[in-house]
Amino acid sequence: MTTIDTKTVKHIAFLVRLGISEEEAQTFSGQFSSIIDYFNMLNEVDTTNVPPASDIANAENVLREDVVQHSMSREEFLKNAPQSERGYIKVPTVLGEE
Amino acid sequence: MQLHSLTIREIHQLLIARQVSSVELTRAFLQRIREIDPKVRSYVTVSEELALEQAQKADERIAKGENVTPLTGIPFSMKDCISTRGVRTTCSSKILENYVPQYNATVTDKLAEAGAVLLGKTNMDEFGMGSSCENSAFFNTHNPWDLERVPGGSSGGAAAAMAASLAAFTIGEDTGGSVRMPAGFCNVTGIKPTYGRVSRYGLIALVSSFDCIGPMARDAYDCATVLEHIAGHDPHDSTTYQFPVPNYTQHINQPVKGMKLGIPKEYFVAGMEAGVESALQEAIRTYEKLGMEIHEVSLPHTKYGLPVYYLLLFAEASANLARMDGTRFGLSVSEGAKDVIDIYLQTRREGFGDEVKSRIMLGAYALSAGYYDAYYLKAQKVRTLLRRDFESAFSKVDLLLAPTCPTTAFKLGEKTSDPLEMYLSDIYVVATNPAGVPAIALPCGFSNNLPVGMQLIGKHLDEATLFQAAHAYQQVTDWHKQTPNL
Repeated sequence: MTTIDTKTVKHIAFLVRLGISEEEAQTFSGQFSSIIDYFNMLNEVDTTNVPPASDIANAENVLREDVVQHSMSREEFLKNAPQSERGYIKVPTVLGEE
Repeated sequence: MQLHSLTIREIHQLLIARQVSSVELTRAFLQRIREIDPKVRSYVTVSEELALEQAQKADERIAKGENVTPLTGIPFSMKDCISTRGVRTTCSSKILENYVPQYNATVTDKLAEAGAVLLGKTNMDEFGMGSSCENSAFFNTHNPWDLERVPGGSSGGAAAAMAASLAAFTIGEDTGGSVRMPAGFCNVTGIKPTYGRVSRYGLIALVSSFDCIGPMARDAYDCATVLEHIAGHDPHDSTTYQFPVPNYTQHINQPVKGMKLGIPKEYFVAGMEAGVESALQEAIRTYEKLGMEIHEVSLPHTKYGLPVYYLLLFAEASANLARMDGTRFGLSVSEGAKDVIDIYLQTRREGFGDEVKSRIMLGAYALSAGYYDAYYLKAQKVRTLLRRDFESAFSKVDLLLAPTCPTTAFKLGEKTSDPLEMYLSDIYVVATNPAGVPAIALPCGFSNNLPVGMQLIGKHLDEATLFQAAHAYQQVTDWHKQTPNL
């Protein structure tokens, strides 16, 4: 039986940048343990010398010339930005001190 | 004349004979949506203004007789994960509730070029995560055959809209059965094409290596017509095939006599509802009468399809959904945020539903240091074995027949408390996506007055055989012509 404790849940929640409450962490902890247990079924399968699937459409590297093309204007692009200033997307401090 | 119950080709004949205009037709569908959809709740957004504008243009094209395609003037709906310029595209998530794309998906462009008329966007499980449409952040969609039951998922709105005749065809998206499973629950025909046959550009990604856009319609012939118009190579999606798109409808009447039909023994095991099993057996007998050779085949890794599918889904989805972060588009919860990390944490907490949260966390767990080899890499290796299962079966037979779901449509709320139980309803449809092969779902009977669906699975890029086989079946049966009383 796999156990994913609330500490681990909170850690992975932070990794995926998801704020969660103590209560949510407890609910997820219970659910995750049974789901991960289910995945452990894969250990039954002998995969010695089996390569991992890496492509699906049998595509090789697809290359093209690097040509500048018009996509959309800056104003158009910024239409969906929650906050913008002088043609840039605006967010609070990313780096540096408080 | 009941315009809403006609096939695409019947409507096309009326349009080119000028017996009805696209504007009249579009108004009729919009009116029907107003009357019926409050019960079914299949549409998230109805794009009335755009629809009438497109219908007007279609009528002008028909009047001039220029550039008229089989889809010119035909009203359709689209799953709400496919980008439509100027029309809100939500993925049925709060995080994209007010997101209006500035560009069209390639599929949207292709349908517009063909002259089709977009009626609106249909409900789905949030970001495609679910099998009942109950994970929509907005509302539940009801199965037109029994309003207390689910339409299936994740393209539940698309299937319900089709079953309720609220569009002449509809575009769904299938990551692991999301077209076929709801098609089965709602008595609709729908195809998941080969991975790479239809461009994913502008599709809001769930699992980039599984996602396939595919049509649902009244029958296989109509699905073939739509697929001809949306398939093909796209420079914006380098996983699309360069091979030309066959003319599926031209060859759809080819006889199926002598085709080898495989019955995967692992799919016909305990756990299937009796009425589903008997409908499937009857369908096999029908194909035998049509002259197909029936062969039992084995797909030995079938039981691992579900864990492989879900593990890889969680992993890819956790990466794909990282872009929903409240800084560039969509919901942004910035109040009280002292840095950008706080915006991410707050926005994603408020914007995502529980199933999405659960899956992206599990994905990060499966990809994290110490677990990568045990889960993600292991799943990719078993995926290779799943693909080999299909390759080996297709060295002996031309196509496979299987159910779309072990049961008929279940009740709303019946499976929402246990995620694992909900995952099990996908057991027959998930394996095709990790393998990339095409599959068409079509109605094959009823069990306790609820529709039963079957699927035909084909070789890579062999949609033509699937259409022929499905069409042959629909020439001698009328399950697909049954419609619910609404």
